Amino acid sequence: MPDRGTLLRVEQLRKVYEHPTGDVEAIGDLSFTMDAGELVCIVGPSGCGKTTLLKCLAGLLRPTSGVVEMHGAPVTGPSPAMAVVFQEYGRSLYPWLTVRGNVELPLRHKKLSRADRDTLVADALDAVGLAHAARSHPWQLSGGMQQRVAIARALAYQPEVLIMDEPFAAVDAQTRADLEDLVRELHARRRISVLFVTHDIDESVYLGQRVLVLSQSPTRVREDLAIDLPAERDQISTRALPRFTHLRTHVYGEIQRAKRGQNVAARPAP
Amino acid sequence: MTAYPGRIAATPRRRGVGSRIAAAGRHALGLPMLLLVVWALVATRATSRFFPDPVTIADAFVDTWVGPAFVEDVLPSLARLGLGAAASIVVGIAAGTVIGLTPWLRELLEPLLEFLRAVPPPVLIPVMMILLGITDTMKVVVIVSGAVWPILLNTIEGVRSTDSVMTETARSFRVTWWERLWFLVLPAASPRIMAGVRQALSVALILMVISEMFASSSGLGYRIAYFQRNYLIAEMWSGILLLGLVGVLLAVAFGLVERRVLRWYHGIREVHRA
Repeated sequence: MPDRGTLLRVEQLRKVYEHPTGDVEAIGDLSFTMDAGELVCIVGPSGCGKTTLLKCLAGLLRPTSGVVEMHGAPVTGPSPAMAVVFQEYGRSLYPWLTVRGNVELPLRHKKLSRADRDTLVADALDAVGLAHAARSHPWQLSGGMQQRVAIARALAYQPEVLIMDEPFAAVDAQTRADLEDLVRELHARRRISVLFVTHDIDESVYLGQRVLVLSQSPTRVREDLAIDLPAERDQISTRALPRFTHLRTHVYGEIQRAKRGQNVAARPAP
Repeated sequence: MTAYPGRIAATPRRRGVGSRIAAAGRHALGLPMLLLVVWALVATRATSRFFPDPVTIADAFVDTWVGPAFVEDVLPSLARLGLGAAASIVVGIAAGTVIGLTPWLRELLEPLLEFLRAVPPPVLIPVMMILLGITDTMKVVVIVSGAVWPILLNTIEGVRSTDSVMTETARSFRVTWWERLWFLVLPAASPRIMAGVRQALSVALILMVISEMFASSSGLGYRIAYFQRNYLIAEMWSGILLLGLVGVLLAVAFGLVERRVLRWYHGIREVHRA
């Protein structure tokens, strides 16, 4: 019996890309669970298969073996309970549609009245602070604003979990700080679950309630770390806490060890 | 909620619309005016009756085309051109989309399509005359048989090269097949499709004239050939002038539609240049 609070369960996930020159094992053996309402960050060395993992979770890629379950039901394709925010906002928003049109597109096949749809779009744009830009086109906006549009599109879709794939990798540091706070605020106010994939260690510790540290490819979960920082976080004071420094140093060390391919000492065999 | 400051880029506006149109007009008409003057000077000195001066041609233009000939010759020609172009656009985009979205069909058909495109369309006129007779249908079919290729091949190319992240986005949000076609595949291919339509329109105009010169009892092509055979030289030139004007009007109309359809495309390019 799955736990009632469990939203997402990943069990012995494995993904092998078949190549004529030899198969590539992107994900080795990966298991974790995520409760409803959690904000979990996944961090790992570059090239460790984070994007592959995320596509398997979102139902965009079929795993070679293993299980991905939402509320106890296997995920076999894109689910209405999930919304993905991609890293490349420039290629994920449609330039021929307005900001409004982009946010509205995924709602068209939902059986909603015109008024309900309008409300959802306006509400989502308002939540990311872009109500004034509804009639603009994405390419008229800065990178950070474009990623806000992508977040609004995901919010309007009303998913249970927001899956974010290194969403802020391509924006400047100040914009990134604003967007991080936006994600925390949306998580707190809308009680939406967030699975946030990043390569940025500080970002993972600042954002997450939990951080999953991945190993080098073939990927496994190296460590499942609870982040015991206060729930109210702020860019200046939280990042100055000794506990924050301690946690980030710990994760940093884990990643370094992962890069060198050292085994995890304290992990029981599956 | 914090207010997020953000700048929305506006396309730069340099000068007033009026002065820009005036400048464009000066540039567009300056050289033709100069050439007309040169032509008039040369024509008054030349002895050949095959090169009448512009005033004679202008007179012939009014006498020939303003009046019943407009209804008997110009309108049927334009109707064939319009039908042929419209059919080419519809068939080219529809077939191109199906072929572009179906990999096995594309691989099967591509060599054949390249061959058919390489066949000069006027050689089909004798064949079509046998198959369809000397009818309007024959002329429209000839126009389509030449004008459809640039649209078809460009649509196939545009449809197959839809960006992978955009496609994945649509999949992840479970956007339906028809919505994907209408909001993703066709708009993404539209710059290429429009490039194909631009080529197709000039091909269609050429084929309209040629098909009428071959086999017709009305139309611009027929009239021009008739004037030439009967040594009505000024009238012949006036027909050529009218064809040129039709071509220019077609290009202007296309430009207006293109600006509307590809506004986002030109907008992006302008933002990147700025």
